[in-house]
Amino acid sequence: MARTSVQPATQRKPKPEPPTRLVVLVATRKGAWLFHGDTKRRTWQVEGPHFLGHTVSHLQLDPRDGRTLLAAARTGHLGPTVFRSTNLGRTWNEAARPPAFAKAAEGEASRAVDHTFWLTPGHASERDTWYAGTSPQGLFRSEDGGVNWAPVAGLDADPRYREWMGGTQDGTPDGPKLHSIIVDPRDAAHLYFAMSSGGVHESRDSGQTWSPLVKGMEVVEGFDPSNISFHDPHVVRLCPSNPDRLYQQNHCGIYRLDRPGDEWLRIGRKMPKRVGDIGFVLAVHPRDDRVAWVFPMDGTSVWPRTSPQGRPAAYVTRNAGKTWQRLDGGLPESQAWWTVKRQAMTADAQDPVGLYLGTTSGELWASRDEGERWACIARHLPEIYAVEVAALA
Amino acid sequence: MKVLIPSSLRSYTRLMRVQASGTTLGELLADLERQFPGIRFRMVDEQDRIRPHMRVFVGGRAIHDLAQPLQPADDVNIVQALSGG
Repeated sequence: MARTSVQPATQRKPKPEPPTRLVVLVATRKGAWLFHGDTKRRTWQVEGPHFLGHTVSHLQLDPRDGRTLLAAARTGHLGPTVFRSTNLGRTWNEAARPPAFAKAAEGEASRAVDHTFWLTPGHASERDTWYAGTSPQGLFRSEDGGVNWAPVAGLDADPRYREWMGGTQDGTPDGPKLHSIIVDPRDAAHLYFAMSSGGVHESRDSGQTWSPLVKGMEVVEGFDPSNISFHDPHVVRLCPSNPDRLYQQNHCGIYRLDRPGDEWLRIGRKMPKRVGDIGFVLAVHPRDDRVAWVFPMDGTSVWPRTSPQGRPAAYVTRNAGKTWQRLDGGLPESQAWWTVKRQAMTADAQDPVGLYLGTTSGELWASRDEGERWACIARHLPEIYAVEVAALA
Repeated sequence: MKVLIPSSLRSYTRLMRVQASGTTLGELLADLERQFPGIRFRMVDEQDRIRPHMRVFVGGRAIHDLAQPLQPADDVNIVQALSGG
């Protein structure tokens, strides 16, 4: 096992909470890795690869038991599946029935899951429930811990959604995706998801019926924002400290939504003009709903999707989007043409909050002080698709 | 009949060649699924289409249809197409 160090924090902060062992879960184009942190988050032990050669779109630890891992995987040749481990990755079992669409009737347009893209553990009160989002867009639920998956029937039955989901020509270069599946921590029946493209959506009856939630969101210039298909949310996050507050990084800016309101406010207008408010990722503070981090990318001209000017930086708002501050301590000062994909930045629940991000160039970066100072804790990994952090039981 | 399994699917079979039976390719794959749960969905999607990068050869001839009849003496080779990066 390799050991790497994170540089010491530069700021004085209150002592961390009692020791918590964290694991950073890294899903890449060629496999998955686990990085086990010490109690101070100074050193990280790498463990892996798991599923070497598989494209792993997402790797999640079940917060309800702190032990069970689910991995959404496929290879270039083989179809998509979900793997499950109940011993933190020592052994894995494949889902008996992975996410798959229903067999189409004769003459009906058919769809097949290309890859499972997103995994979300269900509500704390529903111990074995998980949700999965796929490409092309589908929403699936498992009620047995990820062994058997079935389409969420309400979505499949609504013809509007088939229209809004569009076809493979309408999605992102790697296929249209259903992502950002969110379960309201106060109510297991209250769900959100987002589609690239296809808008943000809400259900209050466990997914039996859905309605769009796109008011205030902008679309690419010249397109009609009343057409749900044209909306491209890149990621949506709910604030754990205030489940009535959502933040969103969209193809067309950064937004905030305060429920029960239904109109998104473009808070990215306050970002520096030379940086803009385009990006894939967004992370929220575990205890302060005014704090959120983004990692902007170049969304000009042909959309290079790299760090603006080759100078990567996170930006933080500490006042719910009124102002933003640049956080680039320790990050390369020039010629770093990263992309951070939509699942590849996350925050832990420690004090001060730790941030973690993975790049398309295979580097894993961490900050132990809420983004003030960053350190590279791994490099030479394959292209990173997703980064999650979780506390071990 | 004898079935050649590509390396990418040997995590299911543990063997390069396995025995399976069926009067059609679809039945053969169903028999493989019975013996090695999970293997079929990695090769065939939910609409019963052979996945884009999988190839099945019977007697050296590529077949693409699950209804393709098979004979007991057929040798079936499942291979993955040369692709990727």
